[in-house]
Amino acid sequence: MLSRVAENVYWMSRYLERAENTARLINATTNLLLDLPRSVVVGWESLLNIMGCAEAFAEHYNVADERNVTRFLIADERNPGSIQSSLNGARDNARGLRDQLQRETWEQINDLYLYGKREAGNSLGRRRRYQFMQEIVLRRQTIIGISSSCMSRNPVYRFIIMGRSLERADMTTRILDSSAIELLGQHSEEHEAYSNLRWVSVLRSLSAYQMYRQSVQVRVSGRAVLRYLLQDRAFPRSVAFCLNDLSSCLRELPNNRKPRRSISRVLGEIDEADLHTLADTGPDAFLDHIQVGFNDIHGAIAEIYFSVKEAA
Amino acid sequence: MTLELNGYTAVDLYDELIGADGQPRPHARTLLERLQSLSDEEFRERVDAVNSAIMAMGITFTVYSEAGNIDRAWPFDVIPRLIPGSEWKRTEAGLKQRLTALNMFIDDLYGGQRIVKDGVFPAEVLAHSRNFRPQCVGAEPRFGVWAHICGTDLVRNNDGVIYVLEDNLRVPSGVSYMLENRGVMKRVFPELFEHLDILPVDEYPSQLYETLASLSPRPGDQPEIVVLTPGVFNSAYFEHTYLAQQMGAELVEGSDLVVGDDDCVYMKTIAGLTRVDVIYRRIDDDFLDPEAFRADSALGVAGLMRAWRKGNVGLANAPGAGVADDKVVYAFVPDMIRYYLDQDPLIPNVPTYLCMREEDRRHVLAHLDELVVKPANESGGYGMMVGPMASATERDKFAKLIEADPRNYIAQPTLKLSTVPTVCEGQPAARHVDLRPFILQGENLHVTTGGLSRVALKEGSLVVNSSQGGGSKDTWVVAEQEQR
Repeated sequence: MLSRVAENVYWMSRYLERAENTARLINATTNLLLDLPRSVVVGWESLLNIMGCAEAFAEHYNVADERNVTRFLIADERNPGSIQSSLNGARDNARGLRDQLQRETWEQINDLYLYGKREAGNSLGRRRRYQFMQEIVLRRQTIIGISSSCMSRNPVYRFIIMGRSLERADMTTRILDSSAIELLGQHSEEHEAYSNLRWVSVLRSLSAYQMYRQSVQVRVSGRAVLRYLLQDRAFPRSVAFCLNDLSSCLRELPNNRKPRRSISRVLGEIDEADLHTLADTGPDAFLDHIQVGFNDIHGAIAEIYFSVKEAA
Repeated sequence: MTLELNGYTAVDLYDELIGADGQPRPHARTLLERLQSLSDEEFRERVDAVNSAIMAMGITFTVYSEAGNIDRAWPFDVIPRLIPGSEWKRTEAGLKQRLTALNMFIDDLYGGQRIVKDGVFPAEVLAHSRNFRPQCVGAEPRFGVWAHICGTDLVRNNDGVIYVLEDNLRVPSGVSYMLENRGVMKRVFPELFEHLDILPVDEYPSQLYETLASLSPRPGDQPEIVVLTPGVFNSAYFEHTYLAQQMGAELVEGSDLVVGDDDCVYMKTIAGLTRVDVIYRRIDDDFLDPEAFRADSALGVAGLMRAWRKGNVGLANAPGAGVADDKVVYAFVPDMIRYYLDQDPLIPNVPTYLCMREEDRRHVLAHLDELVVKPANESGGYGMMVGPMASATERDKFAKLIEADPRNYIAQPTLKLSTVPTVCEGQPAARHVDLRPFILQGENLHVTTGGLSRVALKEGSLVVNSSQGGGSKDTWVVAEQEQR
C-alpha cells in the first residue's frame, strides 16, 4: 500500500468521523437546551472551546450566540472544523482514492458531501437543525456499514479503522468536555438538578444511553458516565475501546512498535485516572491531557507510515 | 419521445440512425421504435434518471479555467450512437493495421530510419518534429512497440465514408467515459439491452492489463503495474483512478516513485520500497523525468528514462511515441501502411494539405474560408480554425501564422460530420458526432468495441471536445444478423 494512499484513507476516515461527532455534539447541546427552563441560557461559546476553534470564530464573528456558533460549526467553510469543511475534506481525500474505495463508498461520500452543500446553510434553525444532524449521522453510519460488511480486511480497511478510532476517541473526550458546558443564569441549587441532565445528554449524544443503562444499572452520575465512556471495554465509542481497536489494526501492519507504545501509554493513564476527583472538579484538564496523548499517537503513525525514507 | 422523422436531417448530412428517406436505418429500427413508444413524460423521466445516475456515480471531468470548481458532471446524451456489426468488423481491422504500421514507423525513426533513407518519409519533416526525442534514439522497447494505447478519432463525412481524422499516440483519454456511459445506459434503459444484441465493451480493462503486463521486464512473476497520474487536478484524473481500480493497479503520483542506485523503479509503501515493473503513465513526455526532459517538472520521477532505457521498467506509452502524433506525420500514414505492410489502407485519411509544400500552401491561403486549419502538434481542439465559421480577422491571423511557420500547419476540407439525434431542450435534434476507438498493442492487438462517441451539443457546431462544450453518447455495436 502506498504511503500517500494510507495517509489519504486515514484522513478521509477522520474527517467523516469528525463530521458525525460534531453533529452529535451540536444535537446534544440543542437537546439539553430544550430540557432547561427558559431562565437558564446555554453558553454557546463553550462549544467553540470544546472544538478548539474559539480564536478562528472571533476572527469572523462578534457575538457568540446560538445562531452564529451553530453557523460556524455547521456550515461555515472558513472554519476548518465545521461539518461542511469536514465533508469537503473527506471528499477531497476520497477523490484521490477512487481506485481504492468501493464504488458504493465513494458514491455515499460524494452524496453526503452534496447533501451538505445543499442543506447545511438551511439547517441552522432549531427545527431543521435536528433533522440535518440526524441525517449526517445516518448517512455516515451507512458508509461505515458498507466498509464493514463489504470490504476485505486489507491495509486500506485498517487505515480506515485507524483514522476512525483515533478521531472517535478524540471526539468522545470532547463530548465529555461538553458536560462542563457553561449554563448561565442558574442558581447553585439548580446546578445540582441540571448536572444529571447534562450527563444524560452526553450519553444520548453518543447513542450510549441504552447501552449504559443495560451495563451500569445505577442512576446516571458523573463518575459512572466518565468511567463508562473512558474505560469501558465493550462500548464502541468509549476511549479505551477505540484505542484497543486502533492497536489491533496496527498489529497487522509492519513496524508498529512505536505507535503501539504511544497507545499503551494513553490507555494506562485512562485506566489509572481518579474518576472520583475528576467528576467533582471537572474532567477538562485531564481530557486535554489525553487529547495531547492522541496527538502523539497520530504523530507516531504519520512518521512510520506516511513519510517513507527515499534511499533505495 | 417524439422524433419528427420528416425533415429531421438537414440537407447534405449523413445521420447515423436515420436514412436520407427519413426512415430508421435497419440496424437502428428497434432502438427508435422502442424510444418512440415512450411518452414524452416517460422519456423525460429517463433523461432525469440519467442525470442523477451521473451525479451519483460521480462521473466528472475537469475544466482548467474554472478555478475553485475542479470538476463538473460529465455531459451525456441518452440516445446512443449505433454501428452495424459488419461495418465495425472492417473498421476494427483498419485500426489494427494502422497502429501496427505506426509502431513500425516509430521504431524505425528511433532506429535505422529506413523509411527516410528510402525516400518515403521526408527528412525535413523529421528534422522539424517537435515530439521527436533524441533521448530515445537506440532504445529497444519490447515487441518494437512504442504506442501501446492509441485513441484514433474517426469521423463520417456526408459521403457515408468513415475517415481517420487523427491518431492520438501520447496519452489519449476518454476510455473510462466509454465504459461509464455503458453503465449509465444499462441502469436507465435495461429493457433496450434485452431487445437488441449490443456487444459488450467491458473487456477493455482486462485487455489493458494484459497489454501492460506483457511489457514487464520480469516475465513470469505477477508484475507490479502502476498508473502514473499528474494528480487530482488533471482533467483526466477521474479516468486515471477508474482504470487503476478496474485493473487492480496502484494509482501513483511522481512523488510516490523513486529510482534507486540499481536503476530500478520503486514505490514508497507503508512497508518500505517495492519494485515497479510497468508504468502506465498519464503524464506527457516533457514532465516524465526532470533528468532527461524538463528540469522543472515536479510531476515526474528523476531517473525514469535511465531505468527504461536499461529495460528495468516498461513504460506505456513509450517516451517519444508522440513523434507520430503530429498532423504532418498523419498525412504520411497511408504511405507507411504501404511501405511497412505492403497493404492498402483499410480506412482512408482525410485529404490533407501540408502547408510546408509550396503548392499546398498556396491553395490553403487561397481557400481559407473553406478549409479547417490545424496546428501540427495540438490536441483537444485547441489552436484550430474552422474556415467557414471564422471571421475575416481570424482568417488573416491564421494566414500570418501559416506564412510564419508553414511546417506547423495543415489544412483539410471542412467535413460534414455525420449526425445522431440528440436531446436538446427536451426534444431530439440532429447533432454532429465523432468516434474515438481505443487500440491496444503489446504482445497482442485489441480494439474496443465501438469507442467513445462525442457529440457537439451546440447546433451546427463541429467541436466535440468536452472541454469546449461537447458531450458524449453510448456507442452500440449491434450484431445485425441476430436482430430480433
